[in-house]
Parts: sequence; C-alpha cells; structure tokens
Amino acid sequence: MNSANPVQHYPDHSAVTRVVVVGNGMVGHQFIDSLLASEADQQFDVVTFSEEPRVAYDRMHLTDFFQTRSADPLAMTTLETYQGQGITTYLDDKVVSIDRETCTVTSAKGHTVSYDKLVLATGSYPFVPPIEGNDRDNCFVYRTIEDLEAITAAAENGARVGAVVGGGLLGLEAAKAVQDLGLEAHVVEFAPRLMAVQVDDGGGRLLKEKIEALGVGVHLSRATSRIVPGEACQHKMEFADGEALETDLIIFSAGIRPQDELAHSSDLKIGERGGIVINNECQTSDKNIYAIGECALWNGRTFGLVAPGYAMAKVAASHIAGGEECLTFDGADMSTKLKLMGVDVASIGDAHGVTPGARAYTYFNQPEEVYKKLVVSEDNQRLLGAVLVGDAEDYGTLLQYMLNEIQLPEFPEGLILPNHGDAKPGLGVGALPDTAQICSCHDVSKGVVRDAVVAGCCSVGDVKSYTAAGTGCGGCVPLLTNLVNHELEELGIEVSKDLCEHFAHTRQELYHLIRVGEIKSFAELLDKHGKGHGCEICKPVVGSILASCWNEYVLKDEHIGLQDTNDIYLGNMQKDGTYSVVPRIAGGEITPDKLIVLGEVARDYGLYTKITGGQRVDLFGAQLHQLPDIWRTLVDAGFETGHAYGKSLRTVKSCVGNTWCRYGVDDSVGLAIEIENRYKGLRAPHKVKFAVSGCTRECAEAQSKDFGVIATEKGWNLYICGNGGMKPRHGDLFATDLDKETLIRTVDRLLMFYIRTADRLQRTSVWMDNLEGGLDYLKQVIFEDSLGICDELETEMELNVENYQCEWATTLEDPEKLKRFSHFINSDATDDNLAFVKERDQIRPAREEEKGNLIATAS
Amino acid sequence: MTEPTGAEHWTPVCELSDIAPDTGVCALVKGQQVAVFRQARTDRLFAIGNFDPVGKANVLSRGLLAQLGEAITVASPLYKQHYCLSSGTCLEDEALKVPVFPVRISAGKVEVAASQH
Repeated sequence: MNSANPVQHYPDHSAVTRVVVVGNGMVGHQFIDSLLASEADQQFDVVTFSEEPRVAYDRMHLTDFFQTRSADPLAMTTLETYQGQGITTYLDDKVVSIDRETCTVTSAKGHTVSYDKLVLATGSYPFVPPIEGNDRDNCFVYRTIEDLEAITAAAENGARVGAVVGGGLLGLEAAKAVQDLGLEAHVVEFAPRLMAVQVDDGGGRLLKEKIEALGVGVHLSRATSRIVPGEACQHKMEFADGEALETDLIIFSAGIRPQDELAHSSDLKIGERGGIVINNECQTSDKNIYAIGECALWNGRTFGLVAPGYAMAKVAASHIAGGEECLTFDGADMSTKLKLMGVDVASIGDAHGVTPGARAYTYFNQPEEVYKKLVVSEDNQRLLGAVLVGDAEDYGTLLQYMLNEIQLPEFPEGLILPNHGDAKPGLGVGALPDTAQICSCHDVSKGVVRDAVVAGCCSVGDVKSYTAAGTGCGGCVPLLTNLVNHELEELGIEVSKDLCEHFAHTRQELYHLIRVGEIKSFAELLDKHGKGHGCEICKPVVGSILASCWNEYVLKDEHIGLQDTNDIYLGNMQKDGTYSVVPRIAGGEITPDKLIVLGEVARDYGLYTKITGGQRVDLFGAQLHQLPDIWRTLVDAGFETGHAYGKSLRTVKSCVGNTWCRYGVDDSVGLAIEIENRYKGLRAPHKVKFAVSGCTRECAEAQSKDFGVIATEKGWNLYICGNGGMKPRHGDLFATDLDKETLIRTVDRLLMFYIRTADRLQRTSVWMDNLEGGLDYLKQVIFEDSLGICDELETEMELNVENYQCEWATTLEDPEKLKRFSHFINSDATDDNLAFVKERDQIRPAREEEKGNLIATAS
Repeated sequence: MTEPTGAEHWTPVCELSDIAPDTGVCALVKGQQVAVFRQARTDRLFAIGNFDPVGKANVLSRGLLAQLGEAITVASPLYKQHYCLSSGTCLEDEALKVPVFPVRISAGKVEVAASQH
C-alpha cells in the first residue's frame, strides 16, 4: 500500500504496540511472520518499509531469476497477504531518519510514522572496490532483482564477455548467471583461491579446476587496479601485475558490508568496521530499537547467511512479544553446503584448522575430482571442521558431529573415505540430543521432528509439510529420513504398507508382481497373491497397473469390474449421476469446424458448456443413454476420448509459441501436441498434467504441472513434479537445453519410473517429496541409469504407445458394451429423478427444494 | 434370500450375461429402480434400491463391488459410502438403509421380486 497520506494517525489503544520494521528482505519478513505468530496477549500494529519496489523475496535463489525471468516464483509473500494481515507496507520508500526523542521514523517520500518498537532489518550492501572506472556503464552489483534485470538487459544489448570481481560464493553464482546468459564468463579473485573463506588450498585448487572445466575463466591473485575503455570489448580491466582482461560487463561481488547508515545517523552504537551493535536479545544501544540480520553486529561478528538472520528475527520477535520463554541469540554456525555450477561444495566449522592444536585428515581423489578434509581436536575426540568439494554427501553427518560435539569413531578418517563394501561408521540418529539442528535453513531440531511424528506424521513427506524441515536447500533430507524412520520405530509404530485387506503388498510390489509374473487379470492376481473378493481400494489400483503394463481395453469383461466411478462409463459422473463429456483437444489447438461440432453437440443435447483449465471444452449433464450417440457424433467428426475420467495423462497445455507470438523462441504448440499424442491414455497412479511454454515468460504455467517444458534459446528446459491445486508445488528444474529427442526419451523414463514406484493416488509432487535421495537420485536413475532399468522403461513406454486406442471408438464398435449405456437394463425409460433449471442461459442440476417446480425434466 | 410373499412376484429383468462380472445394472421393477449386482467369483446375485440416500441420486448400480471383512458391499460412486448388499445397511452410518430385494436366476433369466410402488 503506497499511502498518499504523509502523516499516519492510528487509533491510540494502549493494548496495541506499534512495531515499525525497516527493510522487508528475507529477515524482515521472517520477523513479521514470527511476531504475528506469537501468542502474545497484546496486539501489534505492524508497519514496514522497503526501499525495493516489491515485498520480501528469496534472495538465496536469486540466480533462479535467470531461468524464469520472473520475480514471482521468488516471492515469499504478497502485498495482498500483508494487507490481509493488517500490515501497512511502504514500498520503494527508504527510511532516512530516526528521531529517538519522539520515537518516529521518516522516509524519503516524507512519511513520518511513530513506533513503540523499531526493528532495523536493513541488510547489507555490496562492497564495490574503490577502483578507477568502477562507475563505467555496464558495471553492476548482484543483490536485487533490479540488478539482475539490468544485467539481463546488458546481455541482450550485445555484451559477449562478462567478468565477475570476487570469487566467493555469490561471485561464483554470478559467474554462472553470466554464462547462462550466453556470455563468456570470467571470475577475478584477489585471493589465491576461490571461496577463500569456506575452503582451504586443497579444496580451492580442485574447485578451480572444476569451474574452469565448465568453461569459466578463473583469474586468481589478481588485484584490479583500474578499468579503462577496451579494444575488443567495452572495458579493459588492468591488474596490478600488469596483466589485463577485456570484458563487456563487470559484476562486483567482492563481499558485503552492513547497511548501518541509518543507525549511524541516529547515534546508535556501531562497530569499528561497521555493523549495528546488538545484545543477546538483538537490542541495539537504544532498548526500543532492535537490529537483525546482516546489518547487526553481535559479539564483534556479522553474519552474512540467512539462517542466523532468521534466528535473530525470532529472538527479536519473542522479546517484543514478551512471552514466557524469551529466546536469546547466542551466535550461529556458519557451515554451508551448496551446489555451485553443478559442483558440490561444503564447509563446516573451523575449515582452516585455526583452533590451537587442531589436526587434519585429507582425502584427495584426483580422477574422480573429490576433495575432503576433516579438522579434529588435538585429542582426536571431536570434529572441529571440514571441507568437502566434489562430493558433499557426508555434510549432514559431519555437521552433527561438529555441532553436538559427538565423540568421533576410533578412526575418524573412515568418515570421509569412500565406501567400498564396508559400511561407513554411520552416525546413529539416536545419539543426537533433542536440540540437534536437523534442518539449518528452517531451524528445525530433532525434538521438533520427533514431536511431529508423535503428532501423527508418518512419512518424510508429512514431516516436511508439518515442520518445513528439508524444504530449503534439501541437504538434510537423508538425515531427516533416517530420523523419521528412527522415531517411528521408537514409538513402536509399524506403518502397515499393505494396500488393503485383500493384498498384503504395497502398490509398488503389486506392480512388480504383475509385470514380472506377466499377470493379465485381477482374478489371476487375487488367486496368486491375494485373498477374498477385492474392494474399491485394490480394484482400481490393479486396474490401473494392468492398464499401465499391458494397455488392454479397460472395459474388457475381466477388467470392467475394476474400473472406478468415472472409468466404467468413460465419463465424469457429476453430483446428480449425469456425466460430463470431454473430448481430447491436444495442446488446446482446435479447428473452427471441430469447435462448431462441439457447439452443435452441446446445443442438440442441451449440455452445460464450460472451458476447462486444461484448454478443453467440458459438456455437462449428459445422461447414460445419451453418451453413445454423443460420442458417435464426436468420433465421426475426428475427436477422440480425452481420458478426463481416468487416472491418466490429461492435458498438455500450451501457449501459442513462436508461430505467432512476438516473444516465442520455439514451437510450443507443436511440441505439446506431439507429447499429448504420445502419452494420451497412459494410466498412472494419479492424473498427470503437462504444459509447454514457448519462452521463459511461461504463459502455459508449465512449472505448476507434473511435467513442464519451457523453450530456451538452446532447446527445452524440463521441470518436473509441480502441482497446482490444494497444495501448490513449484516444479523442480530437472534438465536444461534438451533437444526434442532427448526430452521425449527423458519423459518416457520418468513417467514409467513414476508409474513403477509411486503409491496409490500419489501425484508426482508428493512422490518427489517422499523419494529418498530426491532430485539428485532421480537424475542418477534417469540420466546415469544407476539402476540399469532405462532400457526397460523405454520398452515399456513403447508398448503403451503402440497399444493406444480411443476407448470410445472401441466401445462404439461393440453392441454388447453399448447395452450398459442405458439407465435401465430392461426399459428405455429414463431416470425420473433428474431435473434441471436454467441459470445464465444454461442448465444446471435442480436443487432438492427446486425439484417440485421444474422448468426442464429428463427427456 | 426370502421367498416373495403375497402381492410380490418375480419379474424377469435381463439375461445373466447382460451383467458383466463384478458390476451392476439398474432394472425397473414395478416402478422401482433396483440395482442388481453379480459377484464374479461366485456368480452370486444381489439386489438393492438404486437410490443413494446421501448423494440423493439413482446411481448405486454404478458403484464398485467391495468386500469389507465379511460384508459384500457396493461403494457409492458419488461419495463412497458402503452399503451392505445383504442387509442394505450403510456401513458408515447405520441409520441409513436402502431396500433389499430378493433376486434369483430362473431359466437363464435374472429375476427380481418387488411389490408395486
């Protein structure tokens, strides 16, 4: 809300505490969230200022912006949400002064707001080295979405070479962005190694080799002395050692400095090298003013990571809310794990071994490009730190050893040596104290995970949704999985995986029994592996598996009794027992003639007509006996069944693509139609939706689909396991710049692997959340064929594609099957309970109280 | 299945082969809608009222046959409540009951006994 009123008058209730939050970044937002979630008696009137033109977004994943070119996926909240929570928000308006006498702040646009408590969450600013020429055109920093937009614009304006000054974590991210924009990328670092803070010389050397192998120029021990006009490029960077580098754009990423200007001008205590001094409650030298996040200086240290910022936000919120248990901030662990340009890097604790007496174990595997180092205490009892490059799988375990001061095994080197047969000395999760932090992104402890399990969470997926653990960087998921299983066992909970009383097997097991035993019918499966007569749980599951494996006609005598409400009549049953009819409109492309046929059918049968979210037309209110006639007309006009009734491939939504769109970079409609025709009719554990967008503007909303494809300049990006609906999930980027053949092969494998391994009625999003090993594991299975099943998966898909049939076309050929499409088996009469009324010129089912008073009855 | 008495008498409704194994059909018997089911493994027949008292629609013949413990039931195609085919009782809500009709095979025909409605 950008209020026009420069002076704010708020009702003066003594019970209401006005809290003004300066800065709406990740930490400022976390503070507001925590404050509003606190169970304090008093009410809070929250006002927040941001100098950026948008509310809080995920700065950690800033580089993702280059994939989507949209700020929306990064958003952590919206202005509407804030308004709904009663928060007053000033965007694009920086607070420029604090009057501590009158307890007011004033903004650049002249708004003056009084406060009871003031929270400074102003973050930091990028440090730009004082080099001559640093203000030339196309010199940028890497901090906000606006910075990224400017960099993108420069790249689109013909820049060919980009250099990043600073080889730290953020610098390498920026270099990747430069490369992804299609530029030749260089990193210029003053120190003799990359990521100088986090890794040691050995790890740095390997990291440099890996980054160079990816095509990025790495220039170490280079101090830039000035930037002057270049000859081949726009700029020439001259280094102190006489060397030079020509480049078209420069990004400064040489560290950050606390944004403490406001505190400075209002005489709050500032550290010698910057940073607003705070105590353990995050209060500054003025007890009504708090500072949190990167602008704060605690115990002489600033913290340039988001996790400590979140911790401070929670402390400040608890202190202001004044509940019984006030939190305190007592420092933060700065360990990190990340994937930089595809290279795993992790740093734990005292990575450089500066603790007196510290000793190290090193493992360096040059052929496999793996470097690991352990730093242990003088007595070999405790882990002090670690560096991992090329393989960071041990991060979770090592971090727990360090944080919880767990006694090391007799031979600590076993923790980092490769595992050839013998099991590694594992860290029993039982050994961890309750306070052990499992997920550092969301600060979830072992105790919280256990409470979640006690409260009824029975799977890793449940615990993820309940506690948010494992939903940040995902690094803790293996550990989390161990812990959840351990806690379930401790509680004596045996989670029965049996499908139902008729089969003591999971869906996955039944799939394998059917596939391997070449079982072709429910009766055969029941005889060999089940008991009784079956129920509405196992029958549709087996019907679906049989269809996925052998793809026979679903209304065959031996399969018909397995089909659920919708499949059994090849239509979607509505609340009154009538059906909706949805023909396939592949990719959402339809000729005017076919559209007219749909209109004629709808008109002739008096059907309610609505456009679906999947770019099709849905015709409602068809009675059982009308379905064959309706479908005969549709099939004659060239339509096929749309499988809207099946747990199967539904639609492949598309934008219009480069055929018409001025911005499209590839033919999204053509690909969508090809994909839809390939996978149509494929039965799966649940429905499957696709979309194809012709450019990164993403008009087809592909990232909210099970499989989303987005055109790039170099091919197709594939996103997987997205979902809209009740629990939206953003798709994970699975592969980039694929050619069409590789894309189709990848999707073939993914779909069949999902069909093999998912639970009953499990959408791909939940499947992914529960998949042990997650995205990385899936990439190994699909791209590296780690299970040796890719050929099988492809063959299985081929069989499905070859055996496709339009179920309505088949049914129309069979007079025996058509007998069932009548309300009565022994009469041509229709159901006299059906009644419709008109609304907005179309029919709808009559409500009970309307049925006496009908304007249209069943015909 | 009790023998029909008094005013009731058997009405032939269809051939056994008209009911696919483990499915149901709806028959019009003396003005009443009757759902007739055929259990696949035994060829046993069941007949209950076709009206779903929860969904308030004539759809029970289109539900899935489901065995729950000892009970042979049909799961409503609308909201999945189970109705016992022998007693007509709703397993989820014992206050709900649908009528049960005698049914038999006679000379290859499926016959249902229901009184005039």
